[in-house]
Amino acid sequence: MSAGASGLPRWADIGLLPLINVALALAAAGLIVLAIGESPLNAIRIMVLGALGSPEGIGYTLYYATNFVFTGLAVAVAFHAGLFNIGGEGQAYIGGLGIGLALLALDRFLPFVLLLPLGLLLSMGFGAAWAFVPAYLQAHRGSHVVITTIMFNFLAAALMVYLLVNVFIAPGSMTPESRKFADAAALPMAHDLLAAIGFKVPSTPLNLSLGVAALACVAVWAFLWHTPWGYELRVVGQSEKAAIYAGIRPKRIVIGAMCLSGGLAGLVGLNEIMGVHHRLFLNFVAGAGFTGIAVSLMGRNHPVGIVLAALLFGAIQQGGAELSFDVPSITREMVVVIQGLMILFSGALAYMARPFLEGLFALRGEPSA
Amino acid sequence: MSELYVILLLTLDATLRVATPLVLCAMAGLFSERSGIIDIGLEGKMLAAAFVAAAVAAVTQSAWIALGAAVLASCGLALIHGFACISQRGDQVVSGVAINILASGLTIVLGVAWFQRGGQTPPLPPEARFMPIELPGAKAAAAIPVIGTFYEEVVSGHNLLVYLALAVVPLTHWIVNRTRFGLRLRAVGENPQAVDTAGISVALLRYRAVLICGALSGIAGTYLSIAQNAAFSREMSAGQGYIALAAMIFGKWRPWPALGACLLFGALDAVAIRIQGVKFEGFGEIPVQFIQALPYALTVILLAGFIGKAVAPKAIGVPYAKDRR
Repeated sequence: MSAGASGLPRWADIGLLPLINVALALAAAGLIVLAIGESPLNAIRIMVLGALGSPEGIGYTLYYATNFVFTGLAVAVAFHAGLFNIGGEGQAYIGGLGIGLALLALDRFLPFVLLLPLGLLLSMGFGAAWAFVPAYLQAHRGSHVVITTIMFNFLAAALMVYLLVNVFIAPGSMTPESRKFADAAALPMAHDLLAAIGFKVPSTPLNLSLGVAALACVAVWAFLWHTPWGYELRVVGQSEKAAIYAGIRPKRIVIGAMCLSGGLAGLVGLNEIMGVHHRLFLNFVAGAGFTGIAVSLMGRNHPVGIVLAALLFGAIQQGGAELSFDVPSITREMVVVIQGLMILFSGALAYMARPFLEGLFALRGEPSA
Repeated sequence: MSELYVILLLTLDATLRVATPLVLCAMAGLFSERSGIIDIGLEGKMLAAAFVAAAVAAVTQSAWIALGAAVLASCGLALIHGFACISQRGDQVVSGVAINILASGLTIVLGVAWFQRGGQTPPLPPEARFMPIELPGAKAAAAIPVIGTFYEEVVSGHNLLVYLALAVVPLTHWIVNRTRFGLRLRAVGENPQAVDTAGISVALLRYRAVLICGALSGIAGTYLSIAQNAAFSREMSAGQGYIALAAMIFGKWRPWPALGACLLFGALDAVAIRIQGVKFEGFGEIPVQFIQALPYALTVILLAGFIGKAVAPKAIGVPYAKDRR
C-alpha cells in the first residue's frame, strides 16, 4: 500500500520482501522442529517431496490450494474496500450448507448440468448472506466488521452442529453427517477428466473446482481493476471521504464488497461438499477461512499473488501431512504452526526487513550516485 | 430448604467457576484495548498459558512455578503482539489472528512431542494444582438456612484463582479510573497525540498495557489447565478467549459491566449444561447449541446499537507514529 513511499525498487518490494518474510517464518518453524529433536532440513525435504515430488502429491497440493484461492480472494476483495473480513471460516461453512441443501433436495431430480450452476449460486449466495448481516451492521449501525464476523464464525459453527445433529443426520447413522448425494451431484474429478483425454494419474481429491478457482481469480481481477464498481470499491478502501466527494455511496460499497467476499469464501463449499465429500459433515472448512488471511496478506491482495501464496500454502498443507506420516514425533498440527508464523511474519511484521533492505540498496546505490 | 434454591445455588456455583477465565481475560483485554491495542489474541495467549502451566506443573509438581511459567509464556506472546503492533506498526487484528493460530498449533505439536499423549499433558496430583479452599466457618455456616448455605455452597470452596479473578475487577477499576497510570492509559487509547505532546512515551505506555494483558490471560490459562482441570487437553480454551472479548465489548470497555457480562455468559453456560435433555412445557427441548451461541448473538445485537451503544476507545487499532498527522 505504501510501496511508493519506500526507498526500495518495486521488484524488491513486491518480490524480495515477501520471500524474506517466508524465509523468516520457515526459519522459526525450523527452530521448533529442532526443539522437538528432529532435523529441520530433513523435515523440509520430506515436505517438498511430499507436496511436489509425485503426481499424487501435486494433486493434493492443488486441491488444498483451491480452497485457499477462494478464501484468499475473499479476504482480498474486502481488504480493497478497507474491510477486514475474518469471517471467511463461517461464510465458507454456510456456503457449504447452501450447496448441501440444494443437493439434498434436488440431486435425484436434476441432471448435473443444472445442479452445477445451482450449486455455484447457492454456495455463493449463502456465503454472501452470512456476510451480509455484519456488512449491514457495519454500514448502517457502526458496529465493527472484525468483531461481528468473529461472532458470526461461532454462530455458524453452532448452527451447523445443531442442523447436522438434529436435522440432516442420515437415518440410523451415529456420526453427524448427511446422507451421500446421488452421483449426478458430484463434480468431475481431475483424474477422471485427465483419463478421458489419455493421461493416467493417481486418484486425488482434485476436482473441477480448481477451474472455478481459476475463473474466480480472473473475474476478481477484472472486477477490481477494470470495472467502475471495482474502481468505486477501491476508492472507498483508500479514502471514504474522497469517495463521498466523488459521489460514491460507501455504505452500498461496504455491503457489496462484504457480500462478494462472503460469496467467494462460500465456494469452499463447492470444492469440499460437491467436489470431494458429496455429503454435509462437521468442520469441513478446517481453518481454510483463516488461512485465506495469510494467503491474501502474502499475495498482497492481488489475484496473481494470491494464486502463488495459495499454492505455497497448499504445498505446506500436503507436505505437512506427509511429514507427520514419516516423522511420528511431528504431528499434523505443524502445518497450523507454520501458517501462524506465516501470518505473523508476512502480515503483522510484513515490513520488519524493509529498513534493512533499504540500507542495502542505499549502500549499493551510493557509488554510482 | 426448597429444591429450587439448591438448584439455584449449584448453578451460581458453576457460574463462578465457568466465569473465572472469562473475567481474567476480559480484564486483560480491557487493559490492552483501553490503551488502543486491539487484542483478539486473548484466546491464543490463554491456550498457550494453559499448556505451559500444565506442562510445567507435570514436571515440577508445583502449582506456583507453573503459574509463573504460564504468565511468562503469555507475556512472551503479548510482547510479540506488542512488537508487531507498537514498534512495527503492523496490523493489530492480523497479529492477533497469528497468535491464536500459532498457539493452537504449537500447543499440540509440542504437547505430542514432549508427552506422547496425543496432545494431552500427564494428569496432575492435587499438590501440583490449585485446589478448592474452604473459607473459615463454611461448615458451621451450612447449618444457617439461606444465607449460610449460600456462603457454604457459592462463596466458599473455590480455588485461589477464582477469588483472585474476583479481586482483579475492583483492582482494574481502581487502576484504570483512579491512578495516574490509568488516566494516561485511557488517554493513549483516545488521543495518543496528546499524550505524546505531554512528553509521555506512547510506546512505553502501550507496552505496559500489553504486558498486563499478557499476565492476566496467563493466569486465566493457568486456571483452565491446573485449577479447573487436572491436565491440558487440545484446544481446551474452546473459544473462551473470544467470549471474554465479547464480554468486554458487552461491558463497553469498563470493568464492572464487563464482570456483569462475564457472569451472564458464565451463567448461560452453566444453565446450558443443566438443561441439556430437559423438556419444557410448550417449548420442548431447548437446543444446547442455541444457548452456546447466545453470548455471540447478544454481542452482535449490542454492537448493532440495540442495547445501548458500545463505543470503542477512539484510537483503537491505529498504530501511532510520531511523524504522522
